[in-house]
Amino acid sequence: MSSLSISTELPLKKETTEQVNKTVVYDTKNLNLWYGNNHALKNINLPMYKNEVTAIIGPSGCGKSTYIKTLNRMVELVQNVRISGEILYREKNIFDKEFRVEELRTRVGMVFQKPNPFPKTIFDNIAYGPRIHGIKDKKILKEIVEKSLRGAAIWEEVKDRLHENAYGLSGGQQQRLCIARCLAVEPDVILMDEPTSALDPKSTLKVEELIQELKENYSIIIVTHNMQQAARISDKTAFFLNGEVIEYDDTDIIFSTPSDKRTEDYITGRFG
Amino acid sequence: MGKTVSVKDLIRNKDKKNKLMLKAERTIPFILFALASISILTTVGIVSTLLYETFLFFREVSIIEFFTNTNMKPLSRVEPSFSILPLLTGTILISLVAMLVAIPIGLTTAIYLSEYASESVRKAVKPIIEVLAGIPTIVYGFFAFTFVTPILREFIPALQSTNALSPGIVMGIMIIPLVASLSEDAMNSVPKAMREGALALGATKLEVTLRVVIPAAISGIIASFVLGISRAIGETMIVTIASGSSKNFTFDITQSMQTMTAYIVEVTSGDAGAGTTAYYSLYAVAFALFIFTLLMNMFAGHISRKYREAY
Amino acid sequence: MKEFALKSEEKFHSHYLNIEKVNKRMTTRLFINNFVKYLFLASTMFGLIVLAFLIYTILRDGLGWINMDFLTNRLSTLPERAGIAGAVVGTLWLMFVVGPVTMVLGIGTAIYLEEYAKRGRFHSFIQTNITNLAGVPSIVFGLLGLTIFVRMFGFGPSIIAGGLTMSLLVLPIVVVASQEAIRSVPQFLREASYGMGATKWQTIRNIVLPASMAGILTGVILALSRAIGETAPLVAIGIPALIIPIPSSITDNFTVLPMQIYYWTIDSVLVDEYASMAAATIIVLLIVLFLMNSVAIIIRNKFKKRY
Ligand SMILES: Nc1ncnc2c1ncn2[C@@H]1O[C@H](COP(=O)(O)OP(=O)(O)OP(=O)(O)O)[C@@H](O)[C@H]1O
Ligand SMILES: [Mg+2]
Repeated sequence: MSSLSISTELPLKKETTEQVNKTVVYDTKNLNLWYGNNHALKNINLPMYKNEVTAIIGPSGCGKSTYIKTLNRMVELVQNVRISGEILYREKNIFDKEFRVEELRTRVGMVFQKPNPFPKTIFDNIAYGPRIHGIKDKKILKEIVEKSLRGAAIWEEVKDRLHENAYGLSGGQQQRLCIARCLAVEPDVILMDEPTSALDPKSTLKVEELIQELKENYSIIIVTHNMQQAARISDKTAFFLNGEVIEYDDTDIIFSTPSDKRTEDYITGRFG
Repeated sequence: MGKTVSVKDLIRNKDKKNKLMLKAERTIPFILFALASISILTTVGIVSTLLYETFLFFREVSIIEFFTNTNMKPLSRVEPSFSILPLLTGTILISLVAMLVAIPIGLTTAIYLSEYASESVRKAVKPIIEVLAGIPTIVYGFFAFTFVTPILREFIPALQSTNALSPGIVMGIMIIPLVASLSEDAMNSVPKAMREGALALGATKLEVTLRVVIPAAISGIIASFVLGISRAIGETMIVTIASGSSKNFTFDITQSMQTMTAYIVEVTSGDAGAGTTAYYSLYAVAFALFIFTLLMNMFAGHISRKYREAY
Repeated sequence: MKEFALKSEEKFHSHYLNIEKVNKRMTTRLFINNFVKYLFLASTMFGLIVLAFLIYTILRDGLGWINMDFLTNRLSTLPERAGIAGAVVGTLWLMFVVGPVTMVLGIGTAIYLEEYAKRGRFHSFIQTNITNLAGVPSIVFGLLGLTIFVRMFGFGPSIIAGGLTMSLLVLPIVVVASQEAIRSVPQFLREASYGMGATKWQTIRNIVLPASMAGILTGVILALSRAIGETAPLVAIGIPALIIPIPSSITDNFTVLPMQIYYWTIDSVLVDEYASMAAATIIVLLIVLFLMNSVAIIIRNKFKKRY
């Protein structure tokens, strides 16, 4: 009896201490999503914690992008999407009729797979968000732009060319610019969908370092195809397969002692 | 025996055929080239006739007077006088009215269809709007003259039965599809990723449209406006029917006015015989018309090509 | 709509954006967005409503005049005896000239540009020229026709003069449509033909043209429907308003439906019935155009399924 209780208590204890310290930012409950008849997300249950990096891994087509786009309701731009279940952001269901998408998206930033700066100057790219929220004061805008660019570790590279078109930047710089653009609205959470897959190794490293810094202030959810990347930068990892969460745990555990055979097969490169 | 003969024949026949084929193969490019040259000949024909007869016209009428005098009395027997200014103001004012209708409605239609409407609404509405572009201009002329003018006169008693306002409005309606579909094309060519980038920052659709999509598509949109203006300047039947033939130099759009195109119609269908000054004036006016529209079309082509290179 | 999600107690690291202010502003922003959406919808509907109105007034005015007599009678100054037989026959004659002429010129030009001409200065010169011709006002083509075909060649305001003028006007439509059709023939079909030892012209004639015929025909039909609706060039070449015999040869004088509409419309100040007769003629013209466009759409849809 006692030996049994000890063996179950150890991991449980660990969980509870964590939960005391950490605020749940996002909590997904019984989420299902269909594209027409394609059941793309099946009964997803996932918590996500403040000031952590949560990585989502899984083979192509398993629903990673779909899931992360559901978190800020960008997925609803696709026609014929049907969703059931709930996603609680700061304890409020984002699908609630009275929840305004624009508000959600102001609090939850997103970085896309391919850098997508606006065809404007670097300054205007960053100032876009603050401007739509009503900040007109040039001085404040300048401060925000500098702070955001510093936050995205790109200030030094662009400070002398703020009024040049953003398309003059390299791919890696563009991606950090997009991160800066996202920081300028002072989000709570940042969603990243394979942010480094279009970048060269050097730029990838820079973005990875940046993510490590950002988690001090933000909660980050990142989709990645790169197992090493997930292992390097994330605190928690969720493994998706065919629209289901197969396993979710601390990154260390997922990459050392996964409890599901399919997770092990995937991370050891046996498929996907 | 029969067999060997037939094989020989076959080979001979084939040789003959080959020779014929080779000949055809060599001559066909020249025939096709000749056909392709017709389009160039057309341009040469247009430019040379216009230039030549315009030249003859300016031997009789001072070019300075033609552009500065405001008195247009081409068919007066006593004292004929030639001036392009009344025609120019007529053309510009009517085109202005047309663009005041076509630009706001065309552009907002484009925005609605490309940014707000669902795919099914867009698929249903677009072809119907394009029907407006397929209706012959003579039908619009009829509509302006027998329907729009009488209605407008209810509200504006001072409106003459032929005037600049009514054909201007109807011409604007005719140009809506052109502005709408070209602007929509320009907006559609803005990558979806850019819209998503803005939406993900919490922007509303309107903010995405005004601050991302339109700035990115601006050259294509402006090109559509310029093409619209060029269409308005070159449009003939609506104005011939509904704006009358008064050559008074005026800016009052409730009055009858003549455009350059309507002047050409009046003189050609009237009895100004070949060789008279009035006949030559036709070409001078047509030349001005040709140059204006050509410059605008080339400008529109130039800027829209520029935006295509942007991404 | 009330603010729901976030309260200011939830302090993040916001220094510049005051959440309460942002939320309040958002209410306004969303309202404007919604309002403008309906405004744009209304603007989109405007075109549709005008179209409906236009069709309604024309049907209202003209439908009563359409009967067998109107379609088969010749022109007359007496409204009750007047018909559009001459204009219908004239329109058919016009198509009879414009169709073959634009087809030969248009396809020839397109094949030359797509299959023979080397890409370079000359190619882009012809291409630019065609683009620019497409934008020349139709009345200018009328003057060209007047100067060259009517006066210089001495054709007078005949079917051949009108037909050739119209052909030049609509030629760019056929050329561009044919070019697109030819370009959309997959390269592997050409390669297969060359691989079997066929020559260039054999390949074009036996492979490329048949495969692109639907697209070309669509272009020709669209060009024809443009041609039979155009009025200005014909006015310029001096098509008479007189009552003329029904044309029976290509050198005869003629009139067409739009010309009939034109004269009846401007004379409607003199005789009231003329307005209705113009409307009735418009109905006939629109029906013809509708049928031609339907055929074009059917051909195009068939063509789409091919590859
Ligand atoms: N816009 C869409 N419309 C319809 N089906 C879609 C759409 N986007 C994705 N799907 C389907 O949903 C499923 C999940 O796709 P998703 O893009 O989320 O996969 P993913 O895990 O991000 O893959 P990848 O690693 O290739 O990015 C797939 O079966 C896909 O075909
Ligand atoms: Mg993906």
